[in-house]
Amino acid sequence: MKVKVLCRNPDDYVRETTRDIQRVPRNYDPTLHPFEVPREYTRALNATKMERLFAKPFVASLGGHRDGVSCLAKHAKSLSTVLSGACDGEVKVWNLSRRECLRTIPAHEGFVRAICSRFCGTSFFTVGDDKTVKQWRMEAPGYRVREEPLNTILGKAVYTGIDHHQSEGTFATCGQTVDIWDEQRTSPIRSFSWGVDSFSCVRYNPVETELLASCASDRSIVLYDMRESTPLKKVIMKLRSNTLCWNPMEAYNFTCSNEDYNLYTYDMRYLETPVTVHMDHVSAVLDVDYSPTGKEFVSASFDRTIRIFPKDKGHSREVYHTKRMQHVICVRWSADNKYVLSGSDEMNIRVWKANASEKLGVLTSREKAAVQYNQKLKAKFKNHPKVRRIAHHRHLPRDIFKQKRELRDMKEARRRKEQNVHKHSKPGSVPIVTEKEKHVVTVVE
Amino acid sequence: KRVRMAAAAMNDVEDDEEQLSPDDENVISASEDEEGSDDERKHAKLLEAISSLGGRRRKKHVERSEASVQVSEFSVTAGGAEEKINLCDLLGTMEKTPGAPSKTKKQLRNLQNCKETLELPLSKQQTEKIQRTVAYEKSTKEVSRWESVIIQNQKAEQLVFPLKQEPAGPKRMEQVVAGWKAQTPLEQEIFSILHSNKQPVLDPVLTPMEKAAIKAMSLEEAKIRREELQKARALQSYYEAKAKRGKRIKSKKYHRVQKKAKQKEFLKQFDEMMKTNPTAALEELKKMELSRMEERMSLKHQNSGKWAKSRAIMAKYDESARSAMQEQLQLNKELTQKLVVPSDDEEERRAEEEANALPDFVNEAEPVPDSANPWMRGKLTSEASGPDVSDVAAEPGVSDVAAEPSSGQEGEQHREEEEEEEEEKLLREFERKRKLRRNEEDDLAPQPREERGRSSPVDMVEQVTREEVVGEDVVEISDDEEEDDEEEGAEVVSEFNSLFNRLMQSRRAEPQQIQAEEAELLDEGLVYVRTMDDLEALGQDEMAGPSNAVPDPHTQTPSAEATTEPPSKKKKEIDPNEVLTREAKTITVPLVLTAVEEEEESFAEQAAIIKEAFAGDDVISDFLKDKRKQEEAGRPKVVDLTLPGWGEWGGVGLKPSRQKRRKFRLKAAAAPPRKDQKLPAVIISEKRNASIAAHQVSQLPFPFQNSAQFESCMRSPVGQTWNTQNTVKKLTAPRVVTKLGAIIQPMAKEDFLKQKKGPEAAKQGAIPLRGTRKKGKKKDSR
Repeated sequence: MKVKVLCRNPDDYVRETTRDIQRVPRNYDPTLHPFEVPREYTRALNATKMERLFAKPFVASLGGHRDGVSCLAKHAKSLSTVLSGACDGEVKVWNLSRRECLRTIPAHEGFVRAICSRFCGTSFFTVGDDKTVKQWRMEAPGYRVREEPLNTILGKAVYTGIDHHQSEGTFATCGQTVDIWDEQRTSPIRSFSWGVDSFSCVRYNPVETELLASCASDRSIVLYDMRESTPLKKVIMKLRSNTLCWNPMEAYNFTCSNEDYNLYTYDMRYLETPVTVHMDHVSAVLDVDYSPTGKEFVSASFDRTIRIFPKDKGHSREVYHTKRMQHVICVRWSADNKYVLSGSDEMNIRVWKANASEKLGVLTSREKAAVQYNQKLKAKFKNHPKVRRIAHHRHLPRDIFKQKRELRDMKEARRRKEQNVHKHSKPGSVPIVTEKEKHVVTVVE
Repeated sequence: KRVRMAAAAMNDVEDDEEQLSPDDENVISASEDEEGSDDERKHAKLLEAISSLGGRRRKKHVERSEASVQVSEFSVTAGGAEEKINLCDLLGTMEKTPGAPSKTKKQLRNLQNCKETLELPLSKQQTEKIQRTVAYEKSTKEVSRWESVIIQNQKAEQLVFPLKQEPAGPKRMEQVVAGWKAQTPLEQEIFSILHSNKQPVLDPVLTPMEKAAIKAMSLEEAKIRREELQKARALQSYYEAKAKRGKRIKSKKYHRVQKKAKQKEFLKQFDEMMKTNPTAALEELKKMELSRMEERMSLKHQNSGKWAKSRAIMAKYDESARSAMQEQLQLNKELTQKLVVPSDDEEERRAEEEANALPDFVNEAEPVPDSANPWMRGKLTSEASGPDVSDVAAEPGVSDVAAEPSSGQEGEQHREEEEEEEEEKLLREFERKRKLRRNEEDDLAPQPREERGRSSPVDMVEQVTREEVVGEDVVEISDDEEEDDEEEGAEVVSEFNSLFNRLMQSRRAEPQQIQAEEAELLDEGLVYVRTMDDLEALGQDEMAGPSNAVPDPHTQTPSAEATTEPPSKKKKEIDPNEVLTREAKTITVPLVLTAVEEEEESFAEQAAIIKEAFAGDDVISDFLKDKRKQEEAGRPKVVDLTLPGWGEWGGVGLKPSRQKRRKFRLKAAAAPPRKDQKLPAVIISEKRNASIAAHQVSQLPFPFQNSAQFESCMRSPVGQTWNTQNTVKKLTAPRVVTKLGAIIQPMAKEDFLKQKKGPEAAKQGAIPLRGTRKKGKKKDSR
């Protein structure tokens, strides 16, 4: 006779070590877990609320400059090192993790207009109002040794911008002309000018490393190829562009920050219309920098805010401001995609989180899973009105808020006017001009 | 006159200047090198100055005296570089030299006389423009190479940064101990040996071969290859299993049939081959020839073996033994028959012959030791087992011929066809039997029971409906017309609805766009949100705010369209009391809906509890009343617009005429059927509920095509409560993954090239060696 007995296998319920989590048998029968949509909706709502509650983007402020910060640069090889130049000609080297200034160099007389680090991270270049290009060693000199530049190039005119090649010993400056320099030579190996007398910014393409783009004072953006003797093309816009930045993951896209409060993303192959017009600022946009993933970019504006835009969206996903932050002159996105640095008029450099509510530091796997799940839920329910409302709410200073409203009204009025003109004129005589087409004057070949 | 004088004076002055200036320079230079060491140079300069006095053009001074940007670092111009050679100079020398051919002289003279000038070169602006356009096109072309990569990245489910990551997994020892050097004599000796064998010693950790192998196969390629191998393995095991199964079948007839089929197949192939690939066919023929030769050499089918002898003894008494022997002989004959070279007109006959004369290799059992694995023996092995038996059995037609030589060709063919049909039938039957057996094994009883379980409540529900519907007392107004029009009306209504929808959509398009724009915007306000309560308040604000102000068309339209249709079976009249009997009550509403899958015991228990709980009140009748009321409310009402006394006499006791009434009673179009029309136990309200609407999406979000899509997307949960861990992990995988503390470098050209290589290799196929060879070639060509 066979007797059935209760049988227990200790493997099923005994942990191997005390560190193990208890095994909990799960039953995925849907009837046992009803109301999945409402429950997930509630979770999503809570996740969104939590996100807004924990959105504390401000990390640190680096003080020490004695004048407005005019330029910032990332170290090519070190995440914790940042270079900044001020309007009084001082250059400071910062350690971000310790939040302190490592070095102070009286580099130029007058403004330090631009800084860039060499691709290997051993030296950096500065240009200033004293018509010089100086190369500096990245390491601090020994005790009691004077700070001396490695090289100094005396120029004829003021240089306003500098950028270094991604992998070769050449760099580009701009001023009256756009010049390409070999590090070993004291004269430019190539110099481009195209009927323009001053440029404000020049940037190398990080992907197609031989291409350059520059913003000129005649409201144009000019493209160059380092190997050619002439510029490639230029597009003239309604207002002047201040700076531009190439997308580090997309060879042909770049974004420029314009005086007309907007940013424009261009495809360099089709300059006739920008790919996207990014609007939200209420004053001139002074600087722009792409995230190293190429998915977003950050912009600094005269309206005392920093905004983060997805690269293909017309409006910003985030706005940062503080009471004491004045006109933001320069902004950079850190190379690990985690932080945003901004230098502003009131002599401070501020460190912000790129994701306002992100928890810093190492996460445990369960934390990570929870964060990912919440992210997914937020993405899934982002269209639901309550979730959207909470996720999109931002506080703005009163004046910016008012200005924004005013701008909106103006825009609406203009739109209405255009509509009316179109409506009351002979069909076909008044063309409909889209927002993208409005801002480009011509493309010059 | 004075003017002329002045001009002359000017000329003189200029001349003087010209003459003097070198002197001045000389003086300066002389003063510069005050030592006066180089008299020679001075002398030379003096001579030069003097010679320049003679009216000849003086040479340009090339000395660099002042640092300037314009002077190049390298260019030291050669003396007299500025002087140009004119044609007449050349001509003069040509005339003088006697050796020059007269032809060239003539040509030169012609050239000199030629008055035509070259075209002016393009202006600087134009040339520059051309240069720019060319350069721009070039660079755009270059940049466009990235397009595929960029699009791929945009579409990617997940992007992992930094792009160029070190390969995971354990590293080789050599990589870890990079700076290590051989020091002891033993080590050095070993290294020398390694060197002599071309083994990598220090820096090149891999042998060139290994490197080539690694280069040859990228990760993707390897994955593809592995997948292919897996597939092949699976197929192989499948075929093995199949072959095994086939082998285990004991039925001789089955095997015979199989063999016959194989033969046919082979023949067909051979025919094909004759047409398409004659060389291969020739090879086959050769094989046949070979088999014939072997047959002729051997005594295999000569009835001389042990078995044959025993058969011969039995032949006297046994018919089958005799026939078997006959068959053997027949086989021998066939195999040893000489092959006729096939000609076109004899094709039919040839086919027949070949059907009989199969090559021996088909029948021969191969000497593979692993008989359990017939798959390994190649294509035709299943028929190879037990050659004589199958041979004997496989050709019944032939044996028939042997038994009854008198039967005609036609009859034989006919019989063959019959045989084939039989074979096919048999095969099919075998298949069916096998399937049946498997089904029997597989099938457990749950399904029918489930079905029964499911069907019974439905039946009950149906019963209830019938009774309820019958029991309705709303049936007073029964318009005959309405009944008739109902179906037509439904069609018309649906058409109208679609039209209306289209209209609405077109009208909706504009505000929707604006809304979409607004949806993107951040909601920037003056309010600081600090606590959870604030956030809650935000939500409430919103409810009272914009969403209410903008009535959502999606939710409204259905409600506007939602009107009820009177139930179809309202004519039958049955006592309402019948519906509300005790029995009807036991089949309560919630039970039918939610507890379908529950066990019967709990079902009964629940029913009892509910019965007890609602003992006093008449729930069902209330419910039915409710439902009826709702239906009534939803039904489109007849609007009576008749004005009594308008156009006729009016007053107490006077009614407007029938004609007028008919004219001014406006009947609204029949509403689409209610959703709960056929669900007796449910009331589905299609009205917009404000409290729920606050939580609902008012318009279709961007990537979705229709609301069904969106709803299905919403319906699938992602949480751990409903999914297994792995699924959750997959579902919640973030779009962008970054590594903590790693610098993300911009995309590099090498990555791009690698990615380009990937799909190419995939297209090339599974054989990596070929790929490498191709790559090598490409490199060479480059």
